[in-house]
Amino acid sequence: MANSRKVIPIEAVASDDGGLFSLYESHQKIYPRTVKGRFATLRWLAVFFTQLLFYGLPWLSWNGRQAVLFDLGARKFYLFGLVLWPQDFIYLAALLVIAALSLFFFTAVAGRLWCGYACPQTVYTEIFMWVERRFEGDRVAQMKLDAAPWSAAKLVRKAGKHASWALIALFTGFTFIGYFTPIRELAGQILTLQLSGWGLFWWLFYSFATWGNAGFMREQVCKYMCPYARFQGAMFDKDTLIVTYDAKRGEPRGSRGRKVIPSEAGLGSCIDCGLCVDVCPTGIDIRKGQQYECIGCAACIDVCDTVMDKMNYPRGLVRYATDRAISEPSTAGSVLSHVLRPRTIIYGALLLGLIGALLGSLTLRNPLKVDVIRDRNALARIVEAGDIENTYRLHFMNSTERALSLHVEVEGIDGIRIEGPARYEVEPASNRAVPINVRISPDAGQPGSHPIRFVVRPDGSDANLLGVKRRDEKSTFIVPR
Amino acid sequence: MPDFTSGFWSPYIAIATILAILFCLVILIINSKRPPSTADNTTGHVWDGDLREMNNPLPRWWVGLFLITIVFSIVYLFMYPGLGANAGSLGWSSAAQHDAEAKALTTQIAPIYEQFQSKPVASLVSDPQAHAIGERLFLNNCAQCHGSDGRGAKGFPNLTDADWLYGGAPEQIVQTITKGRHGIMPPMAAAVGSAQEVEQVAQYVLSLSGGSSDPVKAELGKVKFAACAACHGPAGQGNQALGAPNLTDRVWLHGGGLQNVIAMINNGKDNQMPHFEGKLTDGQIHVLAAYVLGLSEGKGRPQR
Repeated sequence: MANSRKVIPIEAVASDDGGLFSLYESHQKIYPRTVKGRFATLRWLAVFFTQLLFYGLPWLSWNGRQAVLFDLGARKFYLFGLVLWPQDFIYLAALLVIAALSLFFFTAVAGRLWCGYACPQTVYTEIFMWVERRFEGDRVAQMKLDAAPWSAAKLVRKAGKHASWALIALFTGFTFIGYFTPIRELAGQILTLQLSGWGLFWWLFYSFATWGNAGFMREQVCKYMCPYARFQGAMFDKDTLIVTYDAKRGEPRGSRGRKVIPSEAGLGSCIDCGLCVDVCPTGIDIRKGQQYECIGCAACIDVCDTVMDKMNYPRGLVRYATDRAISEPSTAGSVLSHVLRPRTIIYGALLLGLIGALLGSLTLRNPLKVDVIRDRNALARIVEAGDIENTYRLHFMNSTERALSLHVEVEGIDGIRIEGPARYEVEPASNRAVPINVRISPDAGQPGSHPIRFVVRPDGSDANLLGVKRRDEKSTFIVPR
Repeated sequence: MPDFTSGFWSPYIAIATILAILFCLVILIINSKRPPSTADNTTGHVWDGDLREMNNPLPRWWVGLFLITIVFSIVYLFMYPGLGANAGSLGWSSAAQHDAEAKALTTQIAPIYEQFQSKPVASLVSDPQAHAIGERLFLNNCAQCHGSDGRGAKGFPNLTDADWLYGGAPEQIVQTITKGRHGIMPPMAAAVGSAQEVEQVAQYVLSLSGGSSDPVKAELGKVKFAACAACHGPAGQGNQALGAPNLTDRVWLHGGGLQNVIAMINNGKDNQMPHFEGKLTDGQIHVLAAYVLGLSEGKGRPQR
């Protein structure tokens, strides 16, 4: 331990005060130091793009309505031109499978990329920490302020920080529920104080969640709540790129002058500055090896690189490396070649296949659905001229946003025909059930059940534009004995 | 209220629930004192030679949340049902919530029906919105018996013809839907006589609509028909006040032909149409009656 470093006052962990809940650890705030570098820049880019999408999407319009809207009450999900009904739930299932597979894929390749760069917990914590630094300064200043007694200056700084946090949280909560109820109306209701009870509750709930998670909980979510930390061990292997401290190169650690040659002093590259611990948002020491708390944010990589630069040592004492690369002699080329291995190839192939299948089926999706329900009380009737008649109910579901004109035909028995009108109009984004009588002449079919087919075709050229295609629906025609 | 068959279960559930909540509190307290710590932050036990269990402390905010859930569950169980058959201080039940929602919906759609109820049934037959609503109501409530097209089945009247058991005027259709109908024909074999005489009456009945195969028997049956005239009228023309069918037309609701008529005379018939009062509002019945009227006027077919 070098004596020349200034000792920074650190609050002792409250342990064994003998009180009722002494076993339960009281939370010690972590003050991550600001870091600049390649990976920090990548993270801020991710923050920018994810939030541009999140805050921006609800404000887009399409066809006179909100472009992205998940209308739970009306059971319709709008995604630009796509109107998804509960019958389309399979696409959500496919999306979730794709999300899970991509998680496995990215994690197998380069560890917790999601956690360190794109997870909302990280994103909002970054934003809130940025605001906190504006009001309270960087790590050392923050710690000093927290240790200091209450004063007008402290009150002003804390109040300003919390007010800014509250504003961001309220806007975030508002945007979130704006995905489920039209955001412009919501804005109007808030501004004219006409927000309903439940609307107000959910807005405040999500705002409170944002403020609490990003302002206070921070790494507690990652350490205790998120399952990702606990099953990462199952998703990593010897060839996964993870944030690693090269102990072979770094040990034995110890401070030394800039002019000193490490090998002559019997020291490794690590100067034991402790900056990798200072910048860590989860408060761990990466030099102890892979830990479940490490969210892979690479802040320690960035800061160690700057220290290596100052010492004129090569970068990469803490770097993205694979287990194999650390334990065996490897080159950058061999590390990359190991990225292509059965695990990643299979995940990647499955992912490509599923994404292709999802996109393909969405493109080919027929927004017209038809259901045939045959009458069961009167299975068959004999009508004038001895013809045999069966009655059906045709249920048309038009999930486009234009009215459809549908033409119905029936096939499957010689001379089978529809008695009555065969053309029906269906309103946009709605469904309609109509009774249909189907007849055959008495000799056309043997007694018993015959498979038949209803063919429903859209009229008009609009239909092609909307992707509406013909629907064939099977049913049966019963001839009495 | 839960339908427990024995009075044992309600207190059993209540006590078990309360004990479970107390248990949660107790284990929280029991485990709250830090046990003597070992050098390596483990519990001190060793399994299978080298397996040790660490003893890291849970965060205090977690404990706070746990305590909040305990408090919440106590408050919740006081207010809502959960402790056996206890209804809770708010007296909430899912049936009552459903009724409240149904009532709210009825109030919400009332204006739509008000505009229809102010007009006579006959005028609604040609109204496209009334027709569409009537069609949906019909398909949901009536089609199960009368068929999707209203043409009925054996024992379920055909609503598209001109034959009405209880009358086809708008008020009568409304009455039929609202109150239901109970058509009873008593077994008439005793009043008619022997099996031979029953067959003669059956042949006579068939002859009224030109379907008799034996004029001699039909003539013999005419005398005995007096027993039937009380309901069906002396000429067999029917009586809409009683729901007695017109025997002179070619509509055989319960099957035509000699055997079916003999069976009807011998066994009688008890045919019930359920009432929709209470299940449908007056406004809905009004619109539905217009749709049914339209069916028999040939206007029941969807226009578009």
